[in-house]
Formats: sequence, structure tokens, C-alpha cells
Amino acid sequence: MTKKVMANPRDAYGETLVELGGKYPNIVVLDADLSKSTKTILFAKKYPERFFEMGIAEANMISAAAGLASCGKIPFASTFAVFATGRVYDQIRIDVAYSEANVKIFATHGGISVGKDGASHQMIEDLTLMRVLPNMTVLAPSDATQTRRLVELMATTKGPMYARIGRANSPVLYTKDDVKDIEIGKGMITKDGSDVSIISCGTMVDQAVDAQEQLAGEGVSARVVDMHTIKPLDEKLVLKCAKQTSAIVTVEEHSVIGGLGGAVSEVLAEHCSCIPFKRIGVQDMFCESGEPDELFDKYGLSTAHIMKTVKKLLK
Amino acid sequence: MLYLAKSGHPGGSLSAVEAIVALYFHHMRHNPKDPKDPNRDRFVLSKGHAAPTLYAALAECGYFDVEELKHLRQINCMLQGHPVCTHIPGVEASTGSLGHGLSFAVGIALAGKLDKKDYRVYVMVGDGETNEGQIWEAATSASHYKLDNLTAFIDRNYLQIDGNTEDVLRLESVRDRWSSFGWHVIEVDGHDIEEIIDALLSASEQKNQPTMIILNTVKGKGVSFMENNIDFHGVPPNEMEYKLAMKELETAEKALEATL
Repeated sequence: MTKKVMANPRDAYGETLVELGGKYPNIVVLDADLSKSTKTILFAKKYPERFFEMGIAEANMISAAAGLASCGKIPFASTFAVFATGRVYDQIRIDVAYSEANVKIFATHGGISVGKDGASHQMIEDLTLMRVLPNMTVLAPSDATQTRRLVELMATTKGPMYARIGRANSPVLYTKDDVKDIEIGKGMITKDGSDVSIISCGTMVDQAVDAQEQLAGEGVSARVVDMHTIKPLDEKLVLKCAKQTSAIVTVEEHSVIGGLGGAVSEVLAEHCSCIPFKRIGVQDMFCESGEPDELFDKYGLSTAHIMKTVKKLLK
Repeated sequence: MLYLAKSGHPGGSLSAVEAIVALYFHHMRHNPKDPKDPNRDRFVLSKGHAAPTLYAALAECGYFDVEELKHLRQINCMLQGHPVCTHIPGVEASTGSLGHGLSFAVGIALAGKLDKKDYRVYVMVGDGETNEGQIWEAATSASHYKLDNLTAFIDRNYLQIDGNTEDVLRLESVRDRWSSFGWHVIEVDGHDIEEIIDALLSASEQKNQPTMIILNTVKGKGVSFMENNIDFHGVPPNEMEYKLAMKELETAEKALEATL
């Protein structure tokens, strides 16, 4: 296997904010004492007057972001996924979603690959919480290149949006050209195949691609779908997968309840697609401290686990 | 409105009347014909359950037809039980879940500073509402960012649903709390419009810090049997109470007209 080129989606986020800041004077950025980790500090250094440090007070950050949006600003509010959603659910519900505010909540440190900080910091419910909110668009970019493009689209597309990326460096999956035409609400077929569709998002797309390559060696042709938009879900693509391949698995660094797997299963169930189907993700439980790879292995998110699930489903 | 709606919050609506009247009819720079004018002053009703008072003021100003007021809280009608900014002209923020509005106003004030605009932001919080932790996050950020374009009211009527504010979760000293958070504090009779206007003018001249105007009010003000009566926090008058209340308000109106 060739050595993967790594890049950090958080750097991609911070750098893109700086680029966009030059282009769009209405962009403002808020953070809750984590700007060094979320990389909004890059924007803060370049445009200090348009950066608002809100301190460890996330509720105030979200509602103030909505107030800024009501004056025509395009606020990006950032913190860790665990503090950007559950902690401020009511503020997002009323001030952002119900108010149709043009607020972009960009969360880092999503999922269990936060690692050693443990379950208190491993956000595995955010996609579900955000997906259930009317008017909310939910994104989970998979690599640094896609992150850049989706951040641009967030800035130029009106409406409440939530995006989450992980903490760690991750393999670069795409070139700039690969993502130049992506659209919010349209999944990407990263690798095509005919036996099984692996629909994944965020950090798990890389594991899905690894699984695809190894399955090919065992004579299984897998399609990898990068479903960077959880909501609105690309239902057409899901149904196309149901028609063109014999099984579907979803893979996400998130609870199996209500996120990507939940969304895909709703579509399949309502369209009577009696196709072999399995959701891969964290089961209904909290995880623990550990290295990301150890956690993926223990909680069923490893490449090996994806392969095992696929093979079982195709039997 | 509340009688026809057969639901709503009379007590906290009545205690907020004079401040809202002072803002919309005497103090704020606003244009009902251009509700989205970027240079307008803004008012955020953080205690969203006083929506009937806000709606009445907006309708009287001409933001929408006064006929709408008869359809408060009814299906297929514009006026929702709590304010919503997406489809009611003149409503700046969707409120009703307590504790958010001051933060929202902080956001507007930050935008005003950034854009070097001279509009002012007003917000009203309930006294019970300041139980919410978010209020103190917002209070901290408003003084940190020296938001002298922000003026808040606290409707100090001493009552919340479960009883007297001091029994439920002590608030005193309200004045000391806000000044220790870095706010300029003014205390007025919340039912004296002239006092309120004077306080608003003084707040406009304050530099480098936000102002909190403590409105000493009576919950249910103006209707004898509703005054200081917690039973009318979230319960509308029945037919007999409605008639009695209207009679009292009409008598008060006539007495007021006679003094003019």
C-alpha cells in the first residue's frame, strides 16, 4: 500500500476562513476559548476586528452569532463538537434553526478519535441532534480538500448549517479538481463498485476506501460513497445504490442511532428496499480513553470490521 | 387579545407596557414602513411571553394591521404565542425560551460597533429570567466588549411562576449584581414613562459600558385583581374577569384623557 499523504482538516478550515475573509467582508468568526485547536486563530490574527473571542460561554456564543447574522453578517462559530451541539441545543434550536439564521456552526474534534480525552469529549450524537432540527443543513467533510470546498459553500449558501470534522490528521483523499463541483446535498462516489455500497462520511471515508481496496483483493467489488451531507440526504444516490449493488453498509464515527446510518435506513425502509443492510458506528454506548486506532478497533470502526460486516452481509 | 386567544401571559405583559411604549413611541429610531432598515434601532423582547405587549405596540406603530391582534395564538395566523422573527414584521428575534435575548442583542451590538453604525440595541429581560446562566454569560461579554450601544431593561416585578423571586432563587441585590458585572445601572419606576425616557437618554450618553435599567414594576399592572397575583402569570382572564378588566382599563383611560 502506498504511503498516504496526510493533512489536517482543521488547518484546512482555518486557512479557508482566512481566504474567505478577504473575499467576503461580512464573514465574522466566533470561538469559545478553543481558537488554537479549532484553528480559527488564523482568522483572528488576520482579521482581529472580525473575530470575537466569547470565552468558555458557548450558549452566549451561539445566540450572539444569531444576532450578528440578523445584521447581515456571516458568522462562523467554532468549538469542539461536544460543546457546539448538545451543550447549546436550545440556542441552536431557537436562535439559529427556528429563526432561519445564516449561522455556520463549525465543530472540530467530532467522534471518538478525539481519543485520550475520553467519552466526555467524544461527541457521537451531534449529527443526530443537528439532523432533527428543521431548516438545518448537516455536513461531515472527509478530508482537508473537501473541507476547504465545503467551508466555501457554507459561506456562500444561505441558511443554518452545522459541520463537523475530527481532531486528527487524516489522509488526503481528493484533489482540488475532484471537489470543485461538489454540491451540498449531493453525495460523491469516491470509488465505484458493483457488489456492495459502503456509504460513509467524515473520518470514516478513508477506512471505507481501505476496506474497498482490500475487499477487491478478495474478489468483492465495493462502491464507496462519500456522503458529506447528512442533511439534506442524497436520497436518489442511496436508492441508486440499493438498485445497483446487492448490499449497503453505512459507516460513521458516530452513534448508529440517528446519524448517517439512521438517515439511510429511513430512506431504505420507506422505499421498501429489502436489501441486506447494516449500520457501522458506535453502538448505544459511551466509549473510553485510548488511541484512535485502538478505539476504532474496540468499538467496531476499523477497516477489518467493515470488511467482516460486508462479507457477512453478502453471504 | 389574551381573552380571545384563551391563553397567554397577562401578568408579565402588563408589567412591561410602559417601557415598550416609551421605546416604540418616544425613543427608538425605527420605521414601520421599512422594518429591515439597516440603521434602525432594535428591540429584543427576551422575556418572549410578554409578546402581546410587543405585538400591540408593533400594530399601533403600523408594522401590521391591528386586526391581527384578535387572532393571537390561533391556527393559520401570523401572531405566534411567542415572538418569531421570520414572519412577523418588526420582531427582531425569536424568543420564548428564556435567557437567549440578551446574547442575541450582544450580537447586534457587536455588529453595530464593527460597522461603525450609530443604531442602538434595546432588550428586555424578566427578573425571573435572570435565573438563567446564559444571562450572565451575555452580561460578561457585553461589558467586556464595552457595548455602550446596548441598553437592557429588567422587568423587576418580583414574581415568577413558582412564587416571589426572592423565595424561588434570590436575585437581590439586582443593582449590585449588574454593576459588579461592569454595567451602568439606573433604577426607575417602571410604570412612569417620563422616568423611563430620562433613563434611556442617560443610557445613550454612557460611554464604554452597557446600561441596565431596573424597572420597578407590578406584575399585572392596571388591572386590580391581576396586580401582584401570580395566578395571572400564564392564565388569561375568563369572561367575567375580562369584562371587569376592560372596565377598569377604560376608566383609567378616561381619567388619563381628562388630565390632558
